[in-house]
Amino acid sequence: MKTSSPSTYREAAVAGIDSAQLQKSLQGLQNRFGKGAMELWAGMADQEMRDRVKESRMKTFEHLDIVLAELAKNVRARGGQVHFAVTAQDAVNYTLAVAKKNEVKRVVKGKSMTSMEVDIDPALEQEGIEVVETDLGEYIIQLAGDRPSHIIAPCIHLNRNQIGRLFTDKLGIDFTEDPPTLTMAARKALREKLLTADMGLTGCNLACAETGMISLVSNEGNIRMATTMPRVVVALMGMERVVATMAEHRETLQLLTRGAALQKLSTYVSFLGGPASKDDPDGPREFHLVIIDNGRSRILADPEFREVLACIRCGACLNICPVYGKIGGHAYNSPYCGPIGAVVTPLLDGINKHADLCKGETLCGACKDICPVKNDLPRMLSALRHKLAYGSDRWNTRQHNPAEARAFRVWRLLVTRPFLYRTLIGLGRIVQRPFIGKEGTIRKMAGIAAGWTAGRDLPPVARRTFHQLWKEKYAGNRPTAPTIETPEEK
Amino acid sequence: MAGKTVSLFIQCLVDTMYPQVGEAMVAVFDRLGVPLAYPAGQTCCGQPAWNSGYRREAAAAARHFIEVFEGAEVIVCPSGSCVHMVRHHYPELFEDDPAMAAKARAVAANTFEFTQYLVDVLGVTDTESRFSGSVTYHDSCHLSRGLGIAMQPRTLLGNVRGLKLIEMRDSDTCCGFGGTFSVNYPEISTAMVDEKIENILATGADGVVGCDISCLMNIEGRLTRRGEKVKVLHIAEILAGLRGGDQ
Repeated sequence: MKTSSPSTYREAAVAGIDSAQLQKSLQGLQNRFGKGAMELWAGMADQEMRDRVKESRMKTFEHLDIVLAELAKNVRARGGQVHFAVTAQDAVNYTLAVAKKNEVKRVVKGKSMTSMEVDIDPALEQEGIEVVETDLGEYIIQLAGDRPSHIIAPCIHLNRNQIGRLFTDKLGIDFTEDPPTLTMAARKALREKLLTADMGLTGCNLACAETGMISLVSNEGNIRMATTMPRVVVALMGMERVVATMAEHRETLQLLTRGAALQKLSTYVSFLGGPASKDDPDGPREFHLVIIDNGRSRILADPEFREVLACIRCGACLNICPVYGKIGGHAYNSPYCGPIGAVVTPLLDGINKHADLCKGETLCGACKDICPVKNDLPRMLSALRHKLAYGSDRWNTRQHNPAEARAFRVWRLLVTRPFLYRTLIGLGRIVQRPFIGKEGTIRKMAGIAAGWTAGRDLPPVARRTFHQLWKEKYAGNRPTAPTIETPEEK
Repeated sequence: MAGKTVSLFIQCLVDTMYPQVGEAMVAVFDRLGVPLAYPAGQTCCGQPAWNSGYRREAAAAARHFIEVFEGAEVIVCPSGSCVHMVRHHYPELFEDDPAMAAKARAVAANTFEFTQYLVDVLGVTDTESRFSGSVTYHDSCHLSRGLGIAMQPRTLLGNVRGLKLIEMRDSDTCCGFGGTFSVNYPEISTAMVDEKIENILATGADGVVGCDISCLMNIEGRLTRRGEKVKVLHIAEILAGLRGGDQ
């Protein structure tokens, strides 16, 4: 998986927090789309739809092999080619071979996080093939040599002034901050690329096994052009994107566009069903569907984490997460950011490597509430921390922090032995004395507690704990007669 | 109101740093004539270990808690997150031990958050309390999302004489505490609590009230560091009438 940032989660988070412009963008995003999605779910006439879709996703996973085989059979029946890629490298190699065979010089892309996961762009470029993103946000990111910071709104961290300067620099237009003018400039540049591209490369929002069609949603029409104009189309699909039936497809799509952008339907939904044929002359000459595992089987096999595969990649959890809302997407150092990224990145790319993603949230639960399929991301974050706490053979994970593990073993001794526990509180009362300021609070501490006192005061251990107060003041003096009646007793 | 004897489950942070919150609870229950007990062997519910992934250690704490509270008629705690731990995570901790799991489920079903017990179990919506001043209410995450408790504290506050409740923007957005998160990722945590504080200040209220001392400790710690004058109160303190807004 492409992870390019050299800085740590904390450092990148601080950079995000310190950017006033990013803060403003994220606030606007969350106010509109996060709150909007919550309202949308609350007001939906069919309150069972989310549970139904979740159930159908999970049911599909129970026999994913059969459903994928059905999908492959139906795609092939339409003249499409299907390749099962075990690894990212496998997916890259296959796509590269298709490009070479067809003497592709230019690839136009539809927005695809899976393409970033397998990191295909550098491989194509190394072969001298030009790769052009056609989603406006992704195009801006590509021109800027930047990384996306949101699943749906990749350049949320850039403002119109920066984009204006970028377009002046890269597209040679007069500087403007006017979004319609900038959009037209990008459109003009992209049209030229789209008209002359040899290959379209897309992701896959959903694949329907029953019909053998994949579907792609967009609001700009770029995906429709990228999948109909070039000679060859390759779609990269995470193997969990499949739904069994058209009925399930319909409901899943309804949740996807609502969760992503509060839309009942996106402006475009493109159904790709294979290459052009005698009966249906529109479309590419070749259509390839690459079904990618790249670690998903391991997730599928673990009941603790299988649920995460039900994600439909709408990005709604980013729009409500209070941590993402402060740090932005770059800190996650992964194509998948926000709460979903914090769970799926470690699972795909290594739990130890991405330990900060497992631990760097408050488990507040907002992501679970907003998720269209009600994925319990906090539960899975907690499960990931469990792997880090003791290590896990199944996940090739070693104990993350032996010192912390030792500290919790000591903590265990204390909380299971009340006498020791009480003694230590008494000791704390003495040890803390030099740290207590004139306001009666602790303003500076060393070690792990320094993290707290860097920005906050800490109350000291009280002169008498409740435990002591109870013994001294309350234990011997309990009222026996009722003083007021409850409504039921009246 | 004799009824069941309430065994007080005093959150470790309340016990050690905010004992007045425990005293306030006692005062409210005394006024209602609810018989009380305090199991002296109690320590910590195990939430810090659970949240950090140390499930064996959390299970040890849970086992201890269950032993201490097993005989209780009913268990009431002034902290939503601790109740969430007992209610929802204790049974998960003993999935491989049916006997302990049964005990955990029994204790879980018998454990209530303070305002939930007052309103939903005792049917008390008016504690006949007085408070002079305005407050805003912070919905802590495990209380509101984990236990679904949001109306109970508002109902109780709404019936306090002299108290004006001003709702803040995004009252249910996390304050940034998150247990060890607050010390491991202090910059993120502080940025989050700063936003909470802006929303509190925007109400112009004299104080901020909540049902979880851990969140309140985070908010108070940042407020005092910033030199803000807004008071931080646990709801029990208001219902006990122990502290007024002008204090």
